[in-house]
Amino acid sequence: MPNPDPSGHWGEFGGRFVPEALIAALDELEAAHTAALADPAFTTELEALGREYGNLPSPLYFAERLSEEAGVEVWLKREDLNHTGAHKIRNVLGQALLTKRMGKTRIIAETGAGQHGVASATAAAYFGLDCTVYMGEEDTRRQALNVARMRLLGAEVVPVTTGSRTLKDAMNEALREWVASVDHTHYLIGSVGGPHPFPMLVRDYCRGIGDEARAQFQERTGALPDVVAACVGGGSNAMGIFTAFLDDESVKLYGFEAGGDGYDTGRHAATITAGQVGVLHGARTYVLQDEDGQTVESHSISAGLDYPGVGPEHAHLAATGRAVYEAVDDAEAMDALEKLARTEGIICAIESAHGLAGALRLAKSLAPGTRVLVNLSGRGDKDMGNVVEYFGFAGAPEKKGDRA
Amino acid sequence: MRAEAAFAKTRAEDRSALVGYLPAGFPTLADSIKAVDIMIDHGADLIELGLPYSDPVMDGPAIQKAADRALAAGFRTRQVFEVTEAVAGRVPILVMTYWNLVERYGVDRFARDFAAAGGAGLITPDLIPDEAGEWIAASDAHDLDRIFLVAPSSTEERIASTVAACRGFVYAQSVMGVTGARAATSAAAPELVRRTRAHTDLPVGVGLGVKNGDQAAEIGAYGDAVIVGSAIVGCYLESEDIPSGHQRLAELTADLAEGVRR
Repeated sequence: MPNPDPSGHWGEFGGRFVPEALIAALDELEAAHTAALADPAFTTELEALGREYGNLPSPLYFAERLSEEAGVEVWLKREDLNHTGAHKIRNVLGQALLTKRMGKTRIIAETGAGQHGVASATAAAYFGLDCTVYMGEEDTRRQALNVARMRLLGAEVVPVTTGSRTLKDAMNEALREWVASVDHTHYLIGSVGGPHPFPMLVRDYCRGIGDEARAQFQERTGALPDVVAACVGGGSNAMGIFTAFLDDESVKLYGFEAGGDGYDTGRHAATITAGQVGVLHGARTYVLQDEDGQTVESHSISAGLDYPGVGPEHAHLAATGRAVYEAVDDAEAMDALEKLARTEGIICAIESAHGLAGALRLAKSLAPGTRVLVNLSGRGDKDMGNVVEYFGFAGAPEKKGDRA
Repeated sequence: MRAEAAFAKTRAEDRSALVGYLPAGFPTLADSIKAVDIMIDHGADLIELGLPYSDPVMDGPAIQKAADRALAAGFRTRQVFEVTEAVAGRVPILVMTYWNLVERYGVDRFARDFAAAGGAGLITPDLIPDEAGEWIAASDAHDLDRIFLVAPSSTEERIASTVAACRGFVYAQSVMGVTGARAATSAAAPELVRRTRAHTDLPVGVGLGVKNGDQAAEIGAYGDAVIVGSAIVGCYLESEDIPSGHQRLAELTADLAEGVRR
């Protein structure tokens, strides 16, 4: 069965809710992507690039001390060891190579905390493409280091001053810019959202996470994991690891969304758990919205999960029950981050800590020895500012919590 | 009153129609009704009421600002029916809206309530006919116009399938870019209108970028309707107070109406 269907839908989700002006470019992109994946020259080049530049494949790591504490086997897919520090390098290398293949000379991207912006600027530098990154003005202040990284890599960073001045507004601005420059510019979208073919395309470039992990797991244990867990914001790392296991009926898939201050407070980013079906940024999916359909602002300690929508394929996996989605709040995620650091000597991204926290919570209801694979999607260097504020280590504890 | 009524009149007068756009609830709810009356009094042939939305990806800074202001003042979707009811009867009243707001209200329910208020139809900038099954059924059931967009980047095949789904008129997005008044209008517009006419007898309206009577005259020479939005919103954004905004709007509309009559 095609996945998605030929018009870009998974059941009622996905599709194309964009101005007609973009349809020709989306058609072109879909055709180019399909042809590229069928072209050994493209796939071979992308694989070599991943290996020599991206540090792929990432290792599968058995977390022994953490497993002892959790009472189940915890296996980590170490995407935190990739170049630029997260799974995002897979997406940007794939899309940038595709951009070259389409003969376009410029990429634009949206970014929240700046991780996708840094990855996009990296790929643009590697391929010699012009790069403009749209970032909410609020976020450019909070993430000044990433702004500096992007500029060092040669990208132009445009602060977005409309709406709530965060990720969703940066996406609006990137879409607006794309309409005006679509003949020579590729919109290098950062997650499995947006109009068809973006959710499919980003998944295809990220699915190496699960393909590798599935083979590594079988090689190491002779079996498949019982549970696969990942954090879900837009959902690219989760689709990246879920895809290889979709047909393995014995493997339970869990996506953990950002519960922010707590699900009951209304201040969260748990789109599937708490949102309703709607249309946002070009796709039908679950959306955090008010009674009228106006988008509601999301909240999370993790900037990478702080988004009021979610990729349409996740919406479909949730609606069909193939994957289960639950919320993990800020405090649970930060506890898991600390536990991983102290038992394994690994400081992961706060995003990834949500996936780990969900897995550890789930472990309490699992039989001893259950094999749990967690996608450790990124490393935590970027989050040390938040960590200092949250835990009050070193630094200036009198400011604790005021930026969460 | 459906869009066809206005085009029958402008055809008889051998001129193009003037379409004025304003977000409902801007500059205030009551003043949006007043503004529509001003536009009709000064020569607008059709009215487009915008439905303010939190994420208007097709709009430039002026319309974004106006929508934000209406939402900040507490605008609710259902109030567009109040505005419609207050102004309907003299010229056709269309609503231009991003799709999520209609979907959230309920597509058939929206069509029913809008038709009951005297509305003519919807312009849907982020809904293409391929995704519009429910809306096509609802607009048939409630006798509403449905205006989809064509763009300079549209293929012949897509122009043909889009105009086949339209009723009332076809909206030609003449510039590859967001809404906003521009110094020069697009060279791509006449070509897009010509390509669109090859596939339909429906009137073709040209949107994006018009700010004065001269530009309206220029577009009126080849388009069946001249659509003006950002410049109208600008009357209020650039005025000290609402009464001076109304005054500017009256002058602008008169200038535009003179333009389409040249």
